[in-house]
Amino acid sequence: MCLAIPMKVEKVEKDFAYVSIGNVKRKVNISFVENVKKGDYLIVHAGFAIEKLDKKKAIETLKILKEIK
Amino acid sequence: MRFIEEYRKPEIQKRIYKEIQRKSSLLKKNVNLMEVCGTHTMVIGRYGIRKLMPENINLISGPGCPVCVSPENFIDTAIEISKKKDVMITTFGDMMKVPGSFSSLEKEKAIRGNIFVVYSPLDALKIAEENLEKNIIFLSIGFETTAPLIAQTIKIAKEKKIKNFFILCGNKLIPPAMINLLEEKDTNIDGFICPGHVSVIIGTSPYIEITERFNIPCVISGFEPFDIILSIYILLSNLIEEKYEVINEYKRTVKEEGNLKAKKIIEEVFDIVDSEWRGIGIIKNSGLKLKKEFENFDAEKRYEVNIKKYSKNKRNCICGEILKGKKTPFDCSLFEKICNPENPIGPCMVSSEGTCSAYYKYEKK
Ligand code: SF4
Ligand code: SF4
Repeated sequence: MCLAIPMKVEKVEKDFAYVSIGNVKRKVNISFVENVKKGDYLIVHAGFAIEKLDKKKAIETLKILKEIK
Repeated sequence: MRFIEEYRKPEIQKRIYKEIQRKSSLLKKNVNLMEVCGTHTMVIGRYGIRKLMPENINLISGPGCPVCVSPENFIDTAIEISKKKDVMITTFGDMMKVPGSFSSLEKEKAIRGNIFVVYSPLDALKIAEENLEKNIIFLSIGFETTAPLIAQTIKIAKEKKIKNFFILCGNKLIPPAMINLLEEKDTNIDGFICPGHVSVIIGTSPYIEITERFNIPCVISGFEPFDIILSIYILLSNLIEEKYEVINEYKRTVKEEGNLKAKKIIEEVFDIVDSEWRGIGIIKNSGLKLKKEFENFDAEKRYEVNIKKYSKNKRNCICGEILKGKKTPFDCSLFEKICNPENPIGPCMVSSEGTCSAYYKYEKK
């Protein structure tokens, strides 16, 4: 039930962002996340963004994966 | 998300599998690694990760599905309230089929029709605003991932002076349940795969007590198959080196300190109380309850219901033992034949993330 999926921000409007993944579009509350911008990926759970996906950190993990020989 | 695609390459995963094989030969004994979270259980099942593990590595499933651990009396209370005048019950969809002591929400909906599935607590609040002559009750379940959203919804309701919105609060906290498992004598857990989206909120520090007190490594893991495989690899490395630390594999989403705003609002709206977990019993300080200043939104304060406080276990269902990682669904005599997703006897078969349901779908022998 703690399923939360990354969705891409299309538009920000005060406390809300319009996000999408594939054909699914939603309006989500963003009051827990700072500096939300168009193009960000938000982790969405039950109508709220609970965090923003950090691309730099994602790439860090990828590096670790690649280093395991 | 091209950078995620990159992780999914089979060569990378194969290489880690190989490394897991190699590391497993260095282990001195068989190890049990518990995935706490039901969503991890699903991914492990869907991608056949359990079966791919070397013989001496056992993946066991923990209590990480809020639907499954909601006790019978929570459902019983919701049903009793639904019989009151002018009440509409709103709930996450997974709860509909969960058996209470006598009935389920789905069966009661067929009788009275006043039970509705919502996607978000905000949707429940909207229903309240649109139906002022009714009292709207939201069945508030979920772990730390969900608690801040409910807290925020309550705050919005308070600001807007909405008087016909209430929650039946059954929210629970994960770290106390993990500690409870370790304190039981006959559980045998050597490492935890910690729930990623609970950790988004609480951060890494609540697991430090676990690593220090019990000498058990904890890895916070994401939900892609490679996340889980990498987490298993990290746990093995730590076990071999006898390092008992908290490692954050899911850095792209989980910050060290968690989500401060979300943590703050949980503290602002809820008190921590003892709470009953289905199949496990009461766990100290493992639940949430609305603070006094928000008690106008507490359905249990608004409606007095007289039902037995503690639930009794369904006959022959071993969900409790499964939740603790002591048994698997294959050990249950009802599994498949009598208990299946069409006719769930215990809660683990109801939620799609339930261990029994995931085993039914993916791990049948
Ligand atoms: S198979 Fe059904 S009866 Fe058996 S433990 Fe799972 S939910 Fe309970
Ligand atoms: S009902 Fe099943 S999946 Fe849910 S917590 Fe219980 S054992 Fe886990």
